[in-house]
Amino acid sequence: MSQPVLVAKNLTKRYGKNTIFQNISLTVQERETIVIVGPSGTGKSTLLRCLNLLTHAEEGQIWLDGVEITAKGYNEDRARQQIGMVFQNFLLFNHLTALENVILGLRRVKKLSHEEARLRATRELERVGLADRSGHYPGQLSGGQQQRVGIARALALEPRVMLFDEPTSALDPELIGEVLEVMKQLALDGTTMLMVTHEMGFAREVANRMIFLEKGGILEEGTPEDLFERPQNERTHQFLSKIGDLHGKKASKA
Amino acid sequence: MSAWLTLFSNALPALLDGALITLQLTGVGLVMGLALGLLAGLGRVYGNRPLRWLSVAYIELFRGTPLLVQLFLIYYGLPGIGITFSRMDAAFLALGVNSGAYQAEYLRGALQSVGQGQMLAGRAIGLSRWQTIFYVILPQALRLVIPSWANEPVALLKSSAVAFLVAVPELMARAKSVAAQTYNPIGAYLAAAVVYLVVVFLLDQFMKYLERRTRIPGLDAEGTRA
Repeated sequence: MSQPVLVAKNLTKRYGKNTIFQNISLTVQERETIVIVGPSGTGKSTLLRCLNLLTHAEEGQIWLDGVEITAKGYNEDRARQQIGMVFQNFLLFNHLTALENVILGLRRVKKLSHEEARLRATRELERVGLADRSGHYPGQLSGGQQQRVGIARALALEPRVMLFDEPTSALDPELIGEVLEVMKQLALDGTTMLMVTHEMGFAREVANRMIFLEKGGILEEGTPEDLFERPQNERTHQFLSKIGDLHGKKASKA
Repeated sequence: MSAWLTLFSNALPALLDGALITLQLTGVGLVMGLALGLLAGLGRVYGNRPLRWLSVAYIELFRGTPLLVQLFLIYYGLPGIGITFSRMDAAFLALGVNSGAYQAEYLRGALQSVGQGQMLAGRAIGLSRWQTIFYVILPQALRLVIPSWANEPVALLKSSAVAFLVAVPELMARAKSVAAQTYNPIGAYLAAAVVYLVVVFLLDQFMKYLERRTRIPGLDAEGTRA
């Protein structure tokens, strides 16, 4: 197999005396879609933030394309430029229009000319179906539209891997579908993705691999079939059937 | 009443001359204060420890002492250690550093209300911390600060009357000489008050216009979703 895009080894995160997770290792291969599931409070979001260095794990190492980004002296901004992130609560830049939200990174990170950035940003908004909303400010967009702009903003920088932190959890039920649709298309296009979500229907459909996280550690991992049909662990089975009842149907409509 | 109107129209050219200097004091003080306020406000919220400490010291020192004391220290005190300013420059400097301390505090509030999420989002696309501050947080904070900051030009304009005490020929000084010439202090100072009032009114209108112009659609003045 070729070199993995992202490798994390023995990550441990603590806040004071509180251990959020311990000894987590994972490998993300190119074009892979990995879904992380687990009850709240098990550090799923914190894990994603550790992976793009928005917060720092106390122990462990992370490699991006074979380069250790947790090494002392490594420029963390450079790592983040290659790892896209989509947040639960969108976090668009409030003072910028949809188009300008996408342009900012292209101009300041990718150092594109204004014209080039504009062109690229327009294309990215088209890709998420929002070409006609490019002049709108975040406050004028629905949650689903905002999240799609958030996805476009991250994608525009052509990241090696995209991290999704519960991208649909803050959305009204009827807006979830449009966001999942975009993400499904990304998976089909071969985007490398690592996501935390409760959308089990979606996970079953697009994930190559699922990781079940509980009590700060990986309890079980495997293909969606493995986890849904033949869970090795009673706890996995319990959780997935319960959450499937809640979120599974909604997602399959997408 | 008609006697006062005569006094007012006779005194008006001198008062307007003075008002011009008052506006000059206000304008220079405001701009100098804006620069200092930006530095100290950013320093207080985002600076490293020494920078934060320096900003806090500056802000507390100049907000915690009367403007008049600051002006006298600059104009009468600094020559003692070999730094001499003209009356006008001393007044500019006193108003500038004083206003800077207040403007820093206005800005601090606005910076803090922009929220941590915007910083996360900026860092997530690979911007550095200071890039995020300049391209993401500051532009929002500057819009948010306008409603509270809008008091500052008016407050400063009125405070600039202290320059009279180091004999800068601003509006108040002109009123005083009108009072001496006409033996009518009530009339003279009333006339000055009217001029102050008109200038303040015009300034207020301009601030309201600025507030409207810089509003972000879909976002209300407090920075929360409308």
